Amino acid sequence: MARRILTALFGAAVMGIGAHAASAATLDDVKAKGFVQCGVNTGLAGFAAPDASGNWSGFDVDYCKAIAAAVFGDATKVKYTPTSAKERFPALQSGEVDVLARNTTWTINRDTALGFNFRPVNYYDGQGFMVRKSLNVKSALELSGAAVCVQTGTTTELNLADYFKTNNLQYNPVVFEKLEEVNAAYDAGRCDVYTTDQSGLYSLRLTLSKPDDHMILPEIISKEPLGPAVRQGDDQWFDIVTWVHYALIQAEDFGVTQANVEEMKKSANPDVQRFLGVEADSKIGTDLGLTNEWAVNIIKAVGNYGEVFDRNIGAGSPLKIERGLNALWSKGGIQYAPPVR
Amino acid sequence: MAIGVTGTPEKRKSSGSIINDPQVRGIFYQAITIIILAVLVYWTVQNTVENLQRANIASGYGFLNGRAGFDLGQSLIAFTSDSTYGRALVVGFVNTLLVAITGIITATIIGFIVGVGRLSHNWIIAKLSLAYVEVFRNIPPLLVIFFWYSGVLAILPQAREALALPFDIYVSNRGVAFPRAIFGEGSQYTLFALIIAVVASFVFARYARQRQEATGQRLPVLSIVLGLLIGLPLITFLATGAPLTFDIPVAGKFNLTGGSVVGPEFMSLFLALSFYTAAFIAEIVRAGIRGVSKGQTEAAHALGIRPRLTTRLVVVPQAMRIIIPPLTSQYLNLTKNSSLAVAVGYADLVAVGGTILNQTGQAIEVVSIWLIVYLSLSLATSLFMNWYNARMALVER
Repeated sequence: MARRILTALFGAAVMGIGAHAASAATLDDVKAKGFVQCGVNTGLAGFAAPDASGNWSGFDVDYCKAIAAAVFGDATKVKYTPTSAKERFPALQSGEVDVLARNTTWTINRDTALGFNFRPVNYYDGQGFMVRKSLNVKSALELSGAAVCVQTGTTTELNLADYFKTNNLQYNPVVFEKLEEVNAAYDAGRCDVYTTDQSGLYSLRLTLSKPDDHMILPEIISKEPLGPAVRQGDDQWFDIVTWVHYALIQAEDFGVTQANVEEMKKSANPDVQRFLGVEADSKIGTDLGLTNEWAVNIIKAVGNYGEVFDRNIGAGSPLKIERGLNALWSKGGIQYAPPVR
Repeated sequence: MAIGVTGTPEKRKSSGSIINDPQVRGIFYQAITIIILAVLVYWTVQNTVENLQRANIASGYGFLNGRAGFDLGQSLIAFTSDSTYGRALVVGFVNTLLVAITGIITATIIGFIVGVGRLSHNWIIAKLSLAYVEVFRNIPPLLVIFFWYSGVLAILPQAREALALPFDIYVSNRGVAFPRAIFGEGSQYTLFALIIAVVASFVFARYARQRQEATGQRLPVLSIVLGLLIGLPLITFLATGAPLTFDIPVAGKFNLTGGSVVGPEFMSLFLALSFYTAAFIAEIVRAGIRGVSKGQTEAAHALGIRPRLTTRLVVVPQAMRIIIPPLTSQYLNLTKNSSLAVAVGYADLVAVGGTILNQTGQAIEVVSIWLIVYLSLSLATSLFMNWYNARMALVER
């Protein structure tokens, strides 16, 4: 941690050249160094976790891959920087990472005072509570007097304080910096309750020694719109990161998948043709600073939004999280992409 | 005339060029160093300000007055989520001080026992002490902290099966819960009585020593001092109607509620820092005792002074002069190592500062506060130990 903060300090202060590079044209820097430096979670199954041989996979990791595919046409040109909740912001501020795809909640404070930009929400989440079934607790309102495990430096920590204060409940916070430490403490019975984003709870329950002994309470106490963040002051890079997400949504909307993307190029639908860059004189990709193949490259690399969701956290994964709010707007959710035109 | 020979040698004239004048050269190099340093500092500050402005990050210490919004698990002073960031930092600072001071006291006690143990003629005691030193000295402190923390969590019973000890003390993996004393109306008199007893004891001990030095007569110092320290407050306490009640921990739905609780975070950090630093102190103590020439002991024995008194009156006072300076740096180490608290979730200055850093994004300000606080703490410890060292030092006449 000390190293990161020092890097942040020196990145901001001493390395004048590096800091210049960090603010101006991120796309040019990324192209020059040949890879996207992506800030991810240190290990949250389904979102970002390395396997035994060090290959990263997960929902957020797929966003890093999609950005690399859009820029280079090659999803492998990514380097991952695992960051704790506390390290993530200095890492982005200092230019150590180009984009932060790390279950980060979009808040006004982060958008303004911290100097970041958020736009697309790639996962609509909310904070929940997990408890041992043996406690016989049915609602979060019965939690007065409990010891609550929480990760430091998160919106979770603040929502927790507000929720318990509003409902006049007592609690004893047990705070750790790293997710693994929170897990270990909860598993060892140091606290009665584990609170974080509900998606995180589903993921973390799998890593406990006896997942079936634990249950997730029905209350959702906050809005946690998660999405990729970039530094302020570079609109081109911000646009690219934004439209990578919308391309994934648009692809699902059009029914373009990893398997059928080449076929779909021949589609008679002009919208699909424009989207996939096969329309004559198409400038959509080049106007973004990319090639016209950008959307095709993204879909070839990771599939559409639905495929990314299912593979990592949805029905096709051990987490089995429902699409819920994250379904397309046409299917009862609120995921929606502006027109590609 | 021979005056010039005994006086200060005449200033050497530079032989021709000013370049070869050592004094001019000296000034030149110093000036260059200062200019480089100044430019570097200016450039760093300038760059930082510029980059912060470009990134739209507000700077300054105004954020310390903002509402914290988070709660802290361990706090000696009142703190809620409505308190300010500044107060949160104070809570962290007090927690750091608490673990540093208690750690220093315990480490010193264990260190002295083990250090003397290594010099023992008893084979088992000497070897056990050796093993202790070698084990704890050669493990990184972070691992020692983890060892205690997971040890505490793994071995102690769950909260609802807490181990009940006498005097309503309960032990579980949520910590040690014990009755909290609630001082009622009139307890301040007992406190005054205690203070008076302490002052009186000092005065009496001083008088007894002076009397012994003057006349050779010894007064029963220990029993009189003990009588003062215990008797006077006790009489006052009973006379004011024993204004003391206890808040006893009782089993709640999740935890024991009521009483005071020492959490496993503090315990593991405190134990780890104490045991780790004690290994180094033991070696310093051993070196100090070994550093006193054997002739001193033999001379004391020759004068008929008993071994215990020899150690106390002849060896230890001389050993202290060797021990104190390196002991100071161990105290500083312990204080600085307490920042490892963040690993077990103890709310020390670094942990709280890290949370604030994350919630506000004021990285440079928070880091600067950390640096200033640890620097001041270390300098204060150094000053105190230097003063103590000067008192213990051999007074040369």
